[in-house]
Amino acid sequence: MLHFANTAYDTAHLLDTGVLILSFALLFQRRLFGVIRTYAYQALILAAAAAWQAHAQQAPHLYITAAIALVFKAGIVPFVLQRIVTAFNIHRSIETALGIGATLVAGMALVALAILLVLPVTTSSGALTRESLAIALSTVLLGLLMMISRRNAVSQVVGFMSLENGLILAAVGVKGMPLVVEISVAFSVMVAFIIFGIFFFHIRERFDTLDIHQVERYRGERER
Amino acid sequence: MTAFEYILGIPVAAALALALVPSYRVAAWLNAFASAATLGAALSPFVERPATGVFFLIDDFNIYLIALTAFVAFTTSLFSLRYILHEVAIGRLPKRYVRFYHSMYQGFVFTMLLALSTNNLGVMWVAVEGATLTTVLMVGLYRTPEAIEASWKYFILCGVGIALALFGTILMYLAAEPVMGEGLKAMTWSELLPRVSAFSPAILNLAFVFLLVGYGTKVGLAPLHAWLPDAHAEGPTPISAVLSGLLLNVALYAVLRFKMLLAGNPGALAPGPLMIGMGLTSLFLASFMLYRRRDIKRLFAYSSIEHMGISTFAFGMGGPLANFAGLLHMTMHSLTKSAIFFAVGHASQVKGTQKIAEIRGLTASQPALGWALVIGVVAIAGMPPFGVFMSEFLVVTSTFARAPLLAAPLVLGLLVGFAALMLRLQGLAFGKAEGTGKASGAALVPLYLHLAAVLVAGIYLPGPLVAWFQNVARLLG
Repeated sequence: MLHFANTAYDTAHLLDTGVLILSFALLFQRRLFGVIRTYAYQALILAAAAAWQAHAQQAPHLYITAAIALVFKAGIVPFVLQRIVTAFNIHRSIETALGIGATLVAGMALVALAILLVLPVTTSSGALTRESLAIALSTVLLGLLMMISRRNAVSQVVGFMSLENGLILAAVGVKGMPLVVEISVAFSVMVAFIIFGIFFFHIRERFDTLDIHQVERYRGERER
Repeated sequence: MTAFEYILGIPVAAALALALVPSYRVAAWLNAFASAATLGAALSPFVERPATGVFFLIDDFNIYLIALTAFVAFTTSLFSLRYILHEVAIGRLPKRYVRFYHSMYQGFVFTMLLALSTNNLGVMWVAVEGATLTTVLMVGLYRTPEAIEASWKYFILCGVGIALALFGTILMYLAAEPVMGEGLKAMTWSELLPRVSAFSPAILNLAFVFLLVGYGTKVGLAPLHAWLPDAHAEGPTPISAVLSGLLLNVALYAVLRFKMLLAGNPGALAPGPLMIGMGLTSLFLASFMLYRRRDIKRLFAYSSIEHMGISTFAFGMGGPLANFAGLLHMTMHSLTKSAIFFAVGHASQVKGTQKIAEIRGLTASQPALGWALVIGVVAIAGMPPFGVFMSEFLVVTSTFARAPLLAAPLVLGLLVGFAALMLRLQGLAFGKAEGTGKASGAALVPLYLHLAAVLVAGIYLPGPLVAWFQNVARLLG
């Protein structure tokens, strides 16, 4: 539908799609380590996508966003999460609220929805912008789906972080958007606080066994 | 330095200083002094109004909300003073957390004031995100399983909410960029407003839906309200007071700013029906939920959902009168609800429980506190002669005048909520006193101050204030 061929466009498209495919990969992981590793790969591709946009748009500040994705999201966060899972002996397999097959079908429906939503309304914008926006929205929706369909707290956090990857993808894809760096820093601070605060301090003090399943017992089932 | 640099600078400096003060008694006082100083700075734009610049947006709408925010933050810090000392004394709150609490309190005030005063969509988003972050940590302060659950739920739901709001913000930039050119200008409120009519209506519509759902989660609009009762019930009571009294207002402010943008574009969808729908749903759901509450803070949290629903409904109706009613309702709700949380905080400390069934006969055991709670509940339920009655009356009459069919469910929802609160009040305030009757040693001044303001506003609204609100109502379109 779009006859448009140059390296800037093709590369950006390839990287965006890579992020989206890894979102699907997150949906069918059954092991916690698999989820964390897949998330790290996604962050890696996000870093590449941001760096490519920095190059293509000649916007050097986006290199900072790329660096944050590379160091923090693809490096530190997965490392810390793995440490938490091993040290606290969290159950390694994932309970799903929805079957894997059904989740994937729902995921495809969400991608279709995102495309149908974004493409018709953005006819005035450039081809690259609108397509990467559609892919970014798909990634956001898949992240939401992952948060809904997983019961385990660690995989919910990973779902949130992959949703955030989609948002950063959208922000770097829109031409010349200001404050992208500030926004990605704000998100990273939030993620860091949540991981360190909620997981480490609260749970360690409260429960001697350090098993997140004990927290989950209180969640949702205690409607008053 | 301009007034706004003081308004934002004092809370930041206080947050940093409070992180370093080891004595919790000194910290509690310092918190109150810093809040008083912020209030002083927040009142100064009324005397000499700075001009809108690149960083700060200044109009009647936000300087009034900034003053309200600083005022409630100040009175809450006075309430928090005694409250926290008591919590430490009974060993519910370890001393080492108090430093963290005060520092976060000032951090929270800073993020709210920043969200209200900034001239930039992106900074506003960062500020609302920061407000979420600081309150998530404070809701989980007691570290009980319930508190951890509440802050987890709050983080998940509001995290998703602000993520969607960011997507909406990006779309808003996408809509503005072809007209405004790249860069900061395309994200600046004061630059966007005059030229919004040239934006692509389709992108504006899509952006607004994301923004309404996103910031609407933080307003506590049904069906996105699930975090609100838990967060109010499990955190320290001063935090419940500022959540209800201030944070919900700030989130609604964000929604209204975007509504103003949409109103400037003739091709864009009318945001009214969406807001009316969400407002009515919240009102109904919360009114019926009031009946089955057993926890006193949860009860008033649902009441907050109800009142935010009413305000959203009024702004959805639009027009000078309904907007006026909505603004008045926002203000009255903030003052009354924070006063109620002050009373509830003391009451649950005196009785040692938050269960409604175990708090009985407050007027007999604690007359000063009990009667203040009675007055607060009567006011929030919407009885004359209090301000909430006046604003609800205005909402209802303006709806009757323009859309009589919508007035019927509105009135029904109000009555259902009213009856529920009256039913609960019976047990809480009257009947045989149970539990200890010891003096609470409560600081009741902030409580009385709020109730007096609500009473005065119900009887007589000063002319300048009316004119001020009318101005803002016109601004809102």
